[in-house]
Amino acid sequence: MSDVSSTLRTGPATGHWRTAAQQRRLRRRYAADRRMQILGLGAIGLAVALLGILFGSLVYSGYLAFAQTRVVLEFRIDPALVQPDRIQDGNFRSIIRQALFQQFPEVTSRRQQTELAKLLSPGAEWIVRDHVQANPELVGRTVNLLVPVADPYDQLSKGVIPRDVPESQRRLGDEAIGWLDSLDRRGLVRTTFAWELFLNADSRFPEMAGLAGAMTGSFLTLLVCLLLSIPLGIAAAVYLEEFAPKNRLTSLIEVNINNLAAVPSIVFGLLGLAVFLGFLGLPRSAPLVGGMVLSLITLPTIVIATRATLKAVPPSIREAALAIGASKHQVMMHHVLPMAMPGIMTATIIGLAHALGETAPLLLIGMNAFIPSVDSIGLLEPATALPMQIYSWADSPERGFVARTSAAILVLLGFLVAMNAVAIYLRQRFERTWS
Amino acid sequence: MLTYAFAALLALTLVSFMIGRWRAHACVGVSTWKLHSRPAYHASFVAAWVGIPAGLLLLAWLMIQGPVLDRLVMVSLPGELVAGKGVGELSLILSQIKAVAGGTAFGDPAQPILEAGERLKSWRSIAELAMLACAMVVAMLGMVVAQSRIAPEFRARQAVERILDWLMIACAVIAILTTLGIVVSLLIEAMRFFGHVSPLRFFFGLSWEPQIAIRADQVTAGGAFGAIPVFVGTFLIALIAMLVATPVGLLSAIYLAEYASPRFRAAIKPTLEILAGIPTVVYGFFAVLVVSPALRTFGEAVGLPIAPNSALVAGGVMGIMIIPFISSLSDDAITAVPRSMRDGSLALGATKNETIISVLLPAALPGIMGGILLAVSRAIGETMIVVMAAGIIASLTLNPFQPVTTVTVQIVTLLIGDSEFDNPKTLAAFALGLVLFVSTLLLNIVAMRIVQRYREQYE
Repeated sequence: MSDVSSTLRTGPATGHWRTAAQQRRLRRRYAADRRMQILGLGAIGLAVALLGILFGSLVYSGYLAFAQTRVVLEFRIDPALVQPDRIQDGNFRSIIRQALFQQFPEVTSRRQQTELAKLLSPGAEWIVRDHVQANPELVGRTVNLLVPVADPYDQLSKGVIPRDVPESQRRLGDEAIGWLDSLDRRGLVRTTFAWELFLNADSRFPEMAGLAGAMTGSFLTLLVCLLLSIPLGIAAAVYLEEFAPKNRLTSLIEVNINNLAAVPSIVFGLLGLAVFLGFLGLPRSAPLVGGMVLSLITLPTIVIATRATLKAVPPSIREAALAIGASKHQVMMHHVLPMAMPGIMTATIIGLAHALGETAPLLLIGMNAFIPSVDSIGLLEPATALPMQIYSWADSPERGFVARTSAAILVLLGFLVAMNAVAIYLRQRFERTWS
Repeated sequence: MLTYAFAALLALTLVSFMIGRWRAHACVGVSTWKLHSRPAYHASFVAAWVGIPAGLLLLAWLMIQGPVLDRLVMVSLPGELVAGKGVGELSLILSQIKAVAGGTAFGDPAQPILEAGERLKSWRSIAELAMLACAMVVAMLGMVVAQSRIAPEFRARQAVERILDWLMIACAVIAILTTLGIVVSLLIEAMRFFGHVSPLRFFFGLSWEPQIAIRADQVTAGGAFGAIPVFVGTFLIALIAMLVATPVGLLSAIYLAEYASPRFRAAIKPTLEILAGIPTVVYGFFAVLVVSPALRTFGEAVGLPIAPNSALVAGGVMGIMIIPFISSLSDDAITAVPRSMRDGSLALGATKNETIISVLLPAALPGIMGGILLAVSRAIGETMIVVMAAGIIASLTLNPFQPVTTVTVQIVTLLIGDSEFDNPKTLAAFALGLVLFVSTLLLNIVAMRIVQRYREQYE
């Protein structure tokens, strides 16, 4: 604007846009415009690059956890060590050690044997035991089984532990590397998909640790959250949108819901701790409590989104139903709600996806229990959840848990993507736009 | 037992629905037009009378049973065991008794405690049986009363709709109850904390060392509850986060709103929103795995000592998380500026850049400010990133290369592993929670006011 007024004051001769000074000015102004564009593009580029780095680093550090190095060994189920009628009490540790020592007859000193025994995962014992338990006729015979190697050897075989650094800076000595290489030369080492990651519950050994317990816990927690928040959320939204008289109580409720949507989730954790655990005496770490807390967190979101969908149903539908004699409740139940249902479901799934990733409130109500077996999980039993499992693995010092944590994050993100995809599909397939 | 009780109640409700339907049909025979309401309404009426009162009774019983039995079992203890004991010791005894009753006691508890545990166990089973019996009696009573009212002229639809109304009101009131629950529980525990530590020392003290001795023989610091270092740390990390997020978010919003082609916008907007959908525990791990080592290497290269859990790491990663909040709220604010203002400026010969800076941004400023305030409240309340990437020790510093701690980190560290709320250490977490709740609430209210007033201005 100042340009215009200065032009007017100084007259057309000097202010003409063809003069060199004005041309320079114009170039400057266009340059400023381009600068702004570049800055904007740069900001977007930075944000997208950060997103890419985030995903890239997770995939890079996590994809190895989906594979597991194993060795095929010949196990002789010695009847002296395993009684056929009491298989679970058998001395499978000795069977494992014998199978391993048989491959390396040259290893004789006690110290070396102890080192060699560390090649196999401690979980190998249970794998052989479970196999023999399922096939009791194996006692007294030999069997070839694929058993996982211990974490350091797994990392070595995947190249995470470098071979070309001096021995003193490595987690594994030259001798240990030689053992694995010699097994490899004999064709006994295999790399297969790490089923443990999905089928096992938590473990102290990275190569045996899996997400089954966490996924079950998350499933139960979300189930409780779903069963509570869908009926409560829809009922509250329907009431506020369709039935509530305009009075102070309803406006108080509305203000409340809007504010609750912005309260930090950790405060809900404190509420759960003080009320559900402290006052009501519900058990710690239980999926029931976790689900209740998460449903309080998702309720405001669901209410707000449901109200928006209800508002989008055109009044002509309501008026038509009312005109042929339906009661307000019948209009709601028979016409408006069914029409709004896809939108409500979309909002609910997105709310649940948020609840699945919610960590802080679960941390406060103690849902970070160590769950070594899936069988013990119940609504009132201690449990853990996927994000909590990520948190506790991220805290573990073993090298293998870094990859495990990234893999767990990829699994969690996979669930989130799937849930959001379902929500988007529902929206595009069923949601009607009223013109 | 609880599952059975609810399953039995559910089955009974279904049965009563059938009975109600059958009764409605029975009282008019084949001439169903004589019924005022359709049979399903009669049936729902009976089912509601069976399910709702008994269900409420079950819930209320569950709430009351625990505390009542605790009180009873404490009263039943021999006098010499409880005489002259403080609240803490009494609750310790109670938890021992509960452990015995639950079969999880370790060590060998004293004889009276063992007996009390057995007593509690038997009382519990009696109470559960009584609960089941009472619920069934109430359900039966409901069934008898409700089905006696079924008659051709009974206005079942109106009755059911009234019940529905009350159910919906109850659901809507849960929102108020949640807020009330948050405020009351935080206030009660914070008051108890301020009974131990004076509010003056809490709000203005300069030293935060909450590790106090729980048992007499533990060696710890005396325990200091001056929260200023914690507040300063929270402020510092939020500030860094905003310094990262505001320029990036605002510039992306400007580009998306003013320069971008519709296709570019349609592709980039959801991509940026992904950043908001990633769980924060993932950001925390990202901070530890990538950002912290990278910053440290960078610091070493330029000769700057950067602590692995410095405020810069946590704040920077939190900033990434907040970018989409700022960008989408600013985008809304900029696109909401009336077309005529934009056109007027362009018609005068201003470039897009000049239009943005001297017309659009001033007009959208309230909306942008509101968005920034909402983002600040998000940053203050964010937990997992700081729990994983920031420090635990509260040091009073504004140096971004040093580790600082935040309110949320302290809440988590104070409460993990502790379930007894009787020492200042755990109670302090609730005082911090109260501060957090009040400050985020104020920020939100102010932000919403600004956004709303601004919206009204242009609509």
